Parts: sequence; C-alpha cells; structure tokens
Amino acid sequence: MPIIVNEKTKAIVQGITGKQGSFHTKLMLQYGTKIVAGVTPGKGGMKIEGVPVYDTVEEALEKHEADASIIFVPAPFAADAALEALENGIKTIVIITEHIPIKDAITVMEFAKQQKAIIIGPNTPGIITPEECKLGIMPAHIFRKGSVGIISRSGTLTYEIAASLTKNGFGQSTCLGLGGDPITGLNFIDVLEMFKEDKQTKAVVLIGEIGGNLEELAAEYISRENYPKPVVAFIAGRTAPPGKRMGHAGAIIMGKAGTAQTKIETLRNAGVEIAEKPSDVAKLLLEIVH
Amino acid sequence: MKLFEYEAKKILANYGVPTPNGGLAENSKEACEIASRLKPPFMVKAQVLVAGRGKAGGILSAVSVSEVEEKAEKLFSSKIKGLPVRKVWIEEKINIKRELYFGVTTDRLHKTYVAVASSVGGMEIEEVAEKAPEKIIKFYINPQRGFHSFHARQIAKKMGYKDGQLTKLERIFLGLYKAGMDYDAELIEMNPLVETMDGEFKAADARIIIDDNALFRHQNFKKRMLEGESELTPQEVEAIKNGLAYVKLNGNIGVIGNGAGLVMATLDTIKYYGGEPADFLDVGGGASSEKIAAALKIVLLDPNVKTLFINILGGITRCDEVARGILKAREKVGVIKPMVIRLVGTNEEEGKQILTKAGIHVLESMEEAAKKAVQLTKQREV
Repeated sequence: MPIIVNEKTKAIVQGITGKQGSFHTKLMLQYGTKIVAGVTPGKGGMKIEGVPVYDTVEEALEKHEADASIIFVPAPFAADAALEALENGIKTIVIITEHIPIKDAITVMEFAKQQKAIIIGPNTPGIITPEECKLGIMPAHIFRKGSVGIISRSGTLTYEIAASLTKNGFGQSTCLGLGGDPITGLNFIDVLEMFKEDKQTKAVVLIGEIGGNLEELAAEYISRENYPKPVVAFIAGRTAPPGKRMGHAGAIIMGKAGTAQTKIETLRNAGVEIAEKPSDVAKLLLEIVH
Repeated sequence: MKLFEYEAKKILANYGVPTPNGGLAENSKEACEIASRLKPPFMVKAQVLVAGRGKAGGILSAVSVSEVEEKAEKLFSSKIKGLPVRKVWIEEKINIKRELYFGVTTDRLHKTYVAVASSVGGMEIEEVAEKAPEKIIKFYINPQRGFHSFHARQIAKKMGYKDGQLTKLERIFLGLYKAGMDYDAELIEMNPLVETMDGEFKAADARIIIDDNALFRHQNFKKRMLEGESELTPQEVEAIKNGLAYVKLNGNIGVIGNGAGLVMATLDTIKYYGGEPADFLDVGGGASSEKIAAALKIVLLDPNVKTLFINILGGITRCDEVARGILKAREKVGVIKPMVIRLVGTNEEEGKQILTKAGIHVLESMEEAAKKAVQLTKQREV
C-alpha cells in the first residue's frame, strides 16, 4: 500500500474549466485517475473531458462520492476553494495554485487541522502513486511503480531526480511535493512518518532547498527515531545569496537561517546520505542496495 | 515588498502607535522647512531599503535647523550601501530610557503568526535571540482566535511593566498586530520601541514587509513596485512584469531554467564544475516562446555574461515552444554569445530538431551541459 492516494482514490477538480484545470484533468484521466466531478462557480452543467461540472462542491458531492480534491483555482480565490472542500468533508486536498497569500494559507491550514484533513501544497506539483493514481501536474511517463518514496519541495527538480531513478531501475512508491511556499500543509516529518509505516517503501529520497528549517527538523526526527529506512537527500541552493527569494516564496535565506550548508550538515550528522548532484541520488541508492 | 520607514511609521500611527513627530523631504530645502516646524534636536534618516542603515551612515543627528539642512544635503549626495538616497525623513529626537522590541511575523513550523517581544531592542532581533535567548518572549497567535488585549497585557507584564505603562503597551501591541493583518505583513516590527524618560513609548524605527503574493490587495504599493521604487533592481522589475523570477549573481554564466528547485540545482552544478553563475532565472511552468525571449533579454542585460546555459525539463513546459522562443530571441536581441542548451521532456524531439537545424547544439544531461558551459566560459576568459 502506497501513501495518501491509490487506485481507489476518487477526486474532484476545483477550477476544472480553466486552462490548467481542463488540460490536467485530461492528463490525469489518461493516467487512470478517477476524476468523478469538477467544480467551477457559474459553469455548472458543463462537461470537461466527459466529467460533469458543478457550481459548488456541496452539489458535486450530493451526486458523486469523492475523497480528494485537486485545486487549480487562481490565487485570490484558492483559499476559498480549499475551505469549501474542507467544510464539505474532503480529507485530501492538493493545492496546485502558486502565489496564495500567506494569511490565506494560514487560515486554510488551521481549518484543515480541525477537520483532520491532509493538505498537499500550495504551490506543489501534487502527488503520484505510479501506475495507480496521479493527482498533480507532473509528467507521468518518468515514473514507475517501485519502492522509493520521494518527498520534495520542488517540482522540476523532482522530475529530474525521479527520471534518473527510473532510468537506473528504481521505481517509486509515492512521490509527493510539499510545495514551494513558506507555509504548506505537510512537512518532511509528516511524510517520513507515513513512509515509515508503508510496506511498499524501502528507501526515502528527500529533496530540499534553502529557506526555513524543515530539513533540519527532519534530520532531528531521523536520528531521534532511529529511522528504519535508508534516506538519501539532495539540497538545492548551495550558491544562493542571503536575503533573496529564489523563485519559490519559501526559498529565502533570512540572516544566517535556512542555508543549504546547515541543512546538509544536519542531515549528514543524522546519517542521511547527501547527493552532491541530482544524478548522485540514484548512485547512492545503488550503493545502499549493494 | 519592503516598505520605507516613513510609510511603516505612518501606517502604525494610523493604528494608534505613537511615533516621533516628523516629515518627509525630497531635498535639503524641504528638510529645512520640516525641521523648522519641529522641536530640536533632530534625527535625519535616509529612506533606503537596506538593513544596517545606521551603521552605514544613513542616520544622522542634528541640533539645529541649519544642521538638518547640512546633514540632509550630505545624505542626498551619498550612497548608503550602494543605494542612492531620494528621500529623507526628519523627526524629533526622543530621549531614551530603554530600547525594546516588538514585532509580528509568520512561523513556518507552527503555520501561523508569532508575536515576538524583547526588553532588548535596537539591534537585530536574530542577534538578541543568539546572545540572550532568555530576553525573548514568543507568543504563537491562534489564527482563529487572533491576538487580543489580554495577550498584549500578558506580554507587557512579562517584559516587566505595570500600571499605566501596561495599558499603553497593550494598545501599541494590539495596534501593530491589526496593522500587520490589514496590510498582509509577513513582517511588521518596531525596533526599537523606545521607553522615554517620562515613561511614554514611541516607535523610533519601524519596518513592514508586505507578502508579495498579497500585493493584489494593496494596489498602491504594487504600482509603486512596478514603477521601480522598491528594493528591486531594474532587471528584477522587468522580470516580474514578464512573470519571471530573476536574481542577479556575481558570476559570468547566464542561467535560465524552469522551476525554482531545478534552477537552484543548476547554479550549484555550475559551481561544482568550477564555474560561476551570473544569475538565477526561473521561467516557471508552461513558459511560452515570448517568455523565453523576455528571459534571454533580461539575462543578456548583464554585461558580465560570457555564455548562456539554458536548462529546460519539460513537464508542462513544451520543448518546441522553448526552442522557438530561443530562435525568436536570437533574431530580436541578436544573441551572439555561445549557448549551451539542455532540453528534455514534452515534445523533446521537435524542440531538438528546431534548434539543431538552426545550428544550436542540444545536450540531454544537465551535468554534461553544465560542464560544457563552464568549459566554454573558461575558453572565453583566456
């Protein structure tokens, strides 16, 4: 059993009629993901790729059973969409939208905590359990079913590393993007816990970057728990200057805090193998296997 | 987006936070006029968006109106940490009994706002946290319940205040919190918040950073940023207008890629092979050929750039679009610098064909491409 999503997951798409929403609905359906309904206020009654569209989540859930939602709604309205999904009882929500204000994200995370729901993102490529379910925008062809779990703060860098893993014979159990924003629903520790319990996952790849201290906390957790599965990490941003946002809202070194060097050192001290370059992740996994 | 001190003080004053009497001058004559309406002695403060302004000579004191003119003139003709001074804030100097700190910022781990107070102010709060962590009071604000008067009183009490001073601080803390929420501040702080000899409190310096992602709710500031009056360089503003993320660095290999993590890793890989990146430029997901052309233009504005390294891993970005963008840019901007291009993913073959036909060599591995870019640059350095 992989984590969070699998072949049984039934999802709705919020913002399904937009350019990104409709395009990725098509790709997710092609991958075999069960998309049961879409929601766009004011567009109820339409069909996108054969999927019925409703005005409200409430109405969509009256007609269909769903346990997850993926959100493509523009940033000014994305928090509202997430709150709507939460209030209607959806327990897994993937927020693809980038540039959501921090204040809005905080409101969403607080409500999710009360509802005991999982939020993936915002500003995430989503989650994929290869050959079962893709709730996201990642290019599907680079993933294969297997036993490596990936947790990442970045999109394309995950594709880079996942593709190289697949090429080297390492399939993936589940790949999850935490999101590039400062405040996200899940952190590394939450997902490490899930992978710990997951029988299919034999090793974990952690892809971090500058900003915040989630990698350092993950390192503490790994050493405290004597984490039972090997962990390989790649940290981006060794050359990033302090005080500058490197693309992601969350990728910023504040004063002395959040540098790649501190993260790398802390992880290494916790027994995590550090990849110097993206392609080294697969090499290190090969060494661990042999 | 960072606000100027004078803007932050005006906002705080509107929320009932006492600030020193003062005014904004755009030339030394105006500075004089403002000073003549105020009570001496004065502070003359350069309005520049850098930290450590005081140590860099951006904050001067003056005892008379004529000295204000002189000091203002001095600031207007100097640069503070490389930045020109366009505005100067003149205010009444306050007599200091004690310097405090109070601010509200976001906390990633707790996913909420945190109020931070300290009885040691006037220096960077990170420095206090390092040297005297016991002097820092932190209060995590529950996003649903918010920050209330009693929370403010609890903090003031812990800082050692009572009686009338307790309620004065309560109003100040609450005012700052409300201002922070209304302006979508990712950081709002008074440093120092001064306790005066007569037991009053005044925000002697103030800082507000508005969450960039919330600027759509604060159009006046957004407009100011796009008009170039901000901490951003002209290239960074141009990048924002085109929906790109750009950061200038000090090397000579121009870098363009898609996705923040991938571009950061590209910079690291260049460095790993002994090269120096000139910039960070992320074109984002699904970049059109126009966007690629705009990106090339921005990177080539930097005269230090000797070679270009374009690293595209197409997920939602289509390689053929990127290839067309590169050719379009070459036509328009006249890119004469050597290029190393790594292009894989959606519509890879088509993209490669377009570029190969135009005589541009395309590589498949990011690391090979980085090595090649470093090599080419070294040859051009000789």
